[in-house]
Amino acid sequence: MTNIFTRRGAIALMASVAIAAGSPALAEDWKPMKPVEMVIMAGQGGGADRLARLFQTIIQKEKLAQMPFLPVNKGGGSGAEALRYLKDKQGDAHVIMATLNSYYTTPIQTEIGVDIEEFTPLARMAVDVFALWVNVDSGIETIEQYAEAVKAAGGSWRMGGTGTGQEDSLVTALLEREFGISHTYVPMAGGGEVATALVGGHVDATVNNPSEAMSFWQAGRVRPIALLTAERLDSMPGVPTFAELGHDLEYYMQRSFVAPGGLTEAQQAYYVNLLQKLHESEEWQTYARDQALLTDFLTGDELQAYFLSEREKHRDILKGLDTPS
Amino acid sequence: MEVLALLADGFATSLTPLNIMIVILGVTAGLFIGAMPGLGSVNGVALVLPLTFIVPPTSAIILLAAIYYGAMYGGAVSSILLGIPGASTAVATTFDGRPMALQGKAGLALIAAAVASFVGGTISVILFTIFAAPLAELALKFGPAEEFALVLLAFTTFVGLGGDDTLKTIVMICLGLVLSTVGLDMISGQPRLIFGDIPGFYSGISFLVLAIGVYGVGEVLYTIETSRISPAVSTARLRMRDLIDGIRQMNRMWKTMSFGSVLGFFVGMLPAAGATPASLMSYGLARTFSKKPETFGKGNIEGVAAPETANNAASTGSLLPMLTLGIPGSPTTALLLGGMVMWGLMPGPMLFIEQQDFVWGLISSLYTANLAAVLINIALIPLFVWALRMPFSVLCAMVLVLCILGGYAPSQKLHDVWLIALFGVAGYMLRKADYPLAPLVLALVLGPLMEKSFRQALISAQGDVTFFISRPLSATFLALAAIFFALPLIKMLHRRIAKRPAPAE
Repeated sequence: MTNIFTRRGAIALMASVAIAAGSPALAEDWKPMKPVEMVIMAGQGGGADRLARLFQTIIQKEKLAQMPFLPVNKGGGSGAEALRYLKDKQGDAHVIMATLNSYYTTPIQTEIGVDIEEFTPLARMAVDVFALWVNVDSGIETIEQYAEAVKAAGGSWRMGGTGTGQEDSLVTALLEREFGISHTYVPMAGGGEVATALVGGHVDATVNNPSEAMSFWQAGRVRPIALLTAERLDSMPGVPTFAELGHDLEYYMQRSFVAPGGLTEAQQAYYVNLLQKLHESEEWQTYARDQALLTDFLTGDELQAYFLSEREKHRDILKGLDTPS
Repeated sequence: MEVLALLADGFATSLTPLNIMIVILGVTAGLFIGAMPGLGSVNGVALVLPLTFIVPPTSAIILLAAIYYGAMYGGAVSSILLGIPGASTAVATTFDGRPMALQGKAGLALIAAAVASFVGGTISVILFTIFAAPLAELALKFGPAEEFALVLLAFTTFVGLGGDDTLKTIVMICLGLVLSTVGLDMISGQPRLIFGDIPGFYSGISFLVLAIGVYGVGEVLYTIETSRISPAVSTARLRMRDLIDGIRQMNRMWKTMSFGSVLGFFVGMLPAAGATPASLMSYGLARTFSKKPETFGKGNIEGVAAPETANNAASTGSLLPMLTLGIPGSPTTALLLGGMVMWGLMPGPMLFIEQQDFVWGLISSLYTANLAAVLINIALIPLFVWALRMPFSVLCAMVLVLCILGGYAPSQKLHDVWLIALFGVAGYMLRKADYPLAPLVLALVLGPLMEKSFRQALISAQGDVTFFISRPLSATFLALAAIFFALPLIKMLHRRIAKRPAPAE
């Protein structure tokens, strides 16, 4: 079996070398030959999904690529489905993946045989922030009121979030440790579902990214209590940070793109270049400002180093916390 | 009325010559895309999305809506003619559509599908126009408990009253539920039933693969066997008289169709459900309330009308959470959402207030797209029926090729093609043993939704089972489910008592 595959791989490699050698322009000129699949590690309507779809549309609108980019949601099992898919696509340059922090946490927590070090890092587009949200009907306005209400509920306070072990559950666990409270954690398919569940009163609080809850906030349905950032955000000037309220709580979500392992340098360079153009586009900068995303662009070895250090950080968080299950 | 004034403005936008042309073009393209097995509205919308930059946003969304509608109509075509569901939403249409075609009534079935789609589309657009805002609020009230109760209700409609053997139906539902657990668990992220470590199973078993297997391949195998005795060359023909006759027959089904429309619209509106569960539930309910439930699955025209009204109504319904909450109800609406973001329109609660031109332009175009779709569809029926007149030996090879293509196209995994072959053989044998296949497909569609909502509800209620009956909506659904489930038993007892009026002691 393996023998056949490697032989087939070798033939493919030889063929591609032959094609490459035949064309005058070499490495720099790699371009996708068919539509590129943009795998999303989460369900529809969440932050990662919105981002990927926005990029797809900017790419088409600004004609940044000749081939279309097709978003595909593979949110199953806290992104395990997507990770496993990417692993199986080893060497396929027509797949890229939009990541979340579950990029680190899922391989640590589930036995899916994926090592993120094997993937090709492309670029970090943004860092997303977290806030604690409640339904306006709860009447809660400050963090003290929140902690009191959760305590009074005696463990039955429902916190909605993405899959167990994913960012939202980590943030919840951090909150619990800081305030000595406990929640009932309800896992859902994606940030979009979580945001609607809060509006519909099916959960009592969420730690949505601002981009996921923004429109409901504007409509006066939900209220942010505090941000898990170092500083206040321009787009939400009235919302305090946990830090300024005297609580050492900070957590961010990276939004990056990676590709399967085994890509050539030219292939990697193509995508990095494309993402660089996206980073500079007017639409993306406007969207990021409106949705309270911090656009810290990072690529190459630095990005890989960042991924690996974040993975260790998450390993520590997961070890130190009894994550809700 | 304010709504009417806004709608009139909307028509002014959507009835410009450019937009009318776009509607006709979009519907025709959608119809053919929908009719191809494996390709559905998602593919249609995805293909056309890049083209929409050359026209203004309102025209662009009209084009996408027209394709969306066209594909919903087209899905029924291959379900009826070939027995392969043309799109996931048209699975239920094969249950009775295919038997009708085998009886030489393909034309009538296609007319029924077109008219039913039109009725479903129209009623749901009217509901949309009047109740968009309050209904979005209602959708928000649907939590995990309500979702679970609704899905359970859908299952019981298949158990209750059916002409099929009740025990066999339950066995098939259980089998479908087992298949639905294959893949990664949503809550814990652990892989389940992946047969060692077969990567293809990580994403679960797509129910379209199952449906194409048991209906498409299974049907071909079954027909090959039965037609050895009498070569089943279809004598399908269509005359004007059939058309009038068809519409006359449809006229007797107002109850089924209006019920299917309302149900479809509502189920489509729920963020987690969509057109496929809606069409299956509508079929189940139509059979439950039919005077002759035993004729369902054997070519009952109502069995075509019920799912077709519901899936079109649901496709309108799923636009509602997308526009008002920014939550797409189906993969296709997720694409539409992407389109809107691209044109600088942010879906969400503020859209109806800030972008009235766009919203009402879209709503009015749903009316025109729907009308265009039914006319174009009926005009094309003779062409579709003509395709059926080729010899069966040719047709059956073509059907098999289409089955394989249809299974491969969405996922591009050979794994799915093997599964189709496996399900095809299994479906053929189950059919010979007289097991109903519809509940199997239903269970695979609704299983993941049911499991997820059940577990979410139990977690939020700290494991308290009474949570399901403490909420009025879910309690109502559960009570109805209990009644449907008990119906066969009650009926049987009733019959026994009736048979023995005065038992001598």
